[in-house]
Amino acid sequence: MSAGVNPGHGMRRLRRPRWAVAGEKAFEGLIRLCGVSAVIFVLAIFFFIFREALPILFSHNFSILEFLFSTKWYPTSEMNVRYGTFALTVGSLAVTALAMAIAVPFGLGAAIYISEFCGARLKEALKIVIELLAAIPSVVWGFIGLTVMSKLIVDIAGAPVGVNLLNGGIILSLMSVPIIVSIGEDALKAVPDSYREAAMAMGTTRWQMVRRVLLPASKNGLLAAVLLGVGRAVGETMAVLMATGHAVQIPHGLLDSVRTLTANIAAELGEAPAGSDHYRVLFLTGVLLFAITFAVNFTADAVIRGVRRK
Amino acid sequence: MTRRESRRSLIHPRVLAAAAALPLLAVSCGKKSGGFEVSRTMIQVKGSDTMVNVAQSWAETYRTVDSTVLVEVSGGGSGVGIAALTRGTIDIACASRDIKPAEMEQAARNTGRKPREFIVGYDALAVYVHKDNPLNEITLEQLKQIFVEGGTITNWSRMSVSIPGSDKDEIVRVSRQSSSGTYEFFREHVLDKHDFKLGSRDMNGSKEVVGLIAHTPTAIGYSGMGYATSDVKMLSIVPASGGPAVAPTVANTQSKAYPLARSLQIYTLGEPEGALKKYVEWMMSPEGQKIVEDNGYVPLTTTATENAEPEAGEKTES
Repeated sequence: MSAGVNPGHGMRRLRRPRWAVAGEKAFEGLIRLCGVSAVIFVLAIFFFIFREALPILFSHNFSILEFLFSTKWYPTSEMNVRYGTFALTVGSLAVTALAMAIAVPFGLGAAIYISEFCGARLKEALKIVIELLAAIPSVVWGFIGLTVMSKLIVDIAGAPVGVNLLNGGIILSLMSVPIIVSIGEDALKAVPDSYREAAMAMGTTRWQMVRRVLLPASKNGLLAAVLLGVGRAVGETMAVLMATGHAVQIPHGLLDSVRTLTANIAAELGEAPAGSDHYRVLFLTGVLLFAITFAVNFTADAVIRGVRRK
Repeated sequence: MTRRESRRSLIHPRVLAAAAALPLLAVSCGKKSGGFEVSRTMIQVKGSDTMVNVAQSWAETYRTVDSTVLVEVSGGGSGVGIAALTRGTIDIACASRDIKPAEMEQAARNTGRKPREFIVGYDALAVYVHKDNPLNEITLEQLKQIFVEGGTITNWSRMSVSIPGSDKDEIVRVSRQSSSGTYEFFREHVLDKHDFKLGSRDMNGSKEVVGLIAHTPTAIGYSGMGYATSDVKMLSIVPASGGPAVAPTVANTQSKAYPLARSLQIYTLGEPEGALKKYVEWMMSPEGQKIVEDNGYVPLTTTATENAEPEAGEKTES
């Protein structure tokens, strides 16, 4: 419709010149493209990862059941190559679960304190410090795990080796806390002040107000905060590579070393010749990771819908 | 090498096909300094973590030998270095294991040139324990049973060893990630190509192996002799044929009496030329070999140097 418009040659009956309308349309289209691009990127990433992984599924010396449920990971064996990722999956899930067990109460507690209990000046200071915490690169966290934490764990817990599940879990929880705090605090802030005023008017204490009014009202936002924390923990690579000890085994306790799916890909992709079975299996591990995060997001979505229906 | 020559190699079609493989390709920024043009050549080195300190010292010292050559070094493991060489993205791959025929073929297929091997030093693959561990020697068979899949030794008491100041008996195995040449050498020569027992702590670097053992009284692991510190102890090894235990010393490595003596090598794509050739030759010169020695490894004997050196006779460039 706007084709062939002569800029500046505005017509009287239009409220605005045509070029402004056309510009607005173009801008709208651009913004729409930005919005849709996320979908395109996700699909493209999935497509490329899957394309690299696909040929291995039809290879005769590969079994998907072995891949998912065997604990034997021998990708470069000269006698008997075996690709079992079960121990790695368990390692990833164990580290994430432990990290969340520490980070969720800690992060939500901090979010509630910052949003509802502390004074304005302290609030500003805390927010800046927490943002700073979120900006620390993961390799620095890994280094802290490798040096400081591992010594503490050996001294306090009496572990034979300081780089283990506990170390990885603590480091990951420290990395997830800033995300949970800042998003959780936003969710609490989004609750209208009229709710707080109404609760106060009913004569509640602050704690009663938080528990009975604010938490139910901001449930979705808090859940989103926790899930973003989970996402960070599952996907984190460098810090867990350095802090977990990188041992392929099913952990029997907090002091056992583990290896995660992400760390395994990072450690081995460099040496795997492009197009080899090992290379393709590593991409398949990427698909598995993708499936795990997808499942987490999907469950979260279902839970949020469930919450809403009530 | 001169600026003009690097231009010529840039446009030569065969060289172009080999793409990023050429060092001469990398940087040729005509930089004005003191009124005349200086061209800089970049040499990319990648690979063995055992050799990374040596490679780094070579690179730093070479700057004083030839300031027009910039050498960039990164580690990652012999496998990573050789994989990069077969893709043609680096000039020199360091490796503490031999290149495999399959990798040789792949390099030839991808880049059109066969990797050329140069032995630049020797190493004793040392078996390390904590300094308080009373153990002083170990047989190859015991070592195998500790590390191999299905191996029978999992506790120190099986070796009649009790660790002072520790109530733990379980052997903490410290190993390397599978891209490591040291890992593959150990698997081939100690485990007879069998697989490792899972559950070992697979470290990313030689230094990390020694570092973990230094903090862990119940640990045992392997790494290049250049990484020895005062917090760890190198075990003497009883060869498979029996006889007295042999310590990983310079003399025992040169005489090959130590069962886990190995050569350290570098690979280039095809016969090296120009600045790369000079650099490789310098590594094997007395000055280069001094650096090998300073880093705790065993330098080439004179005869080995001669064998490893490429035929001189190509026209040296001006």
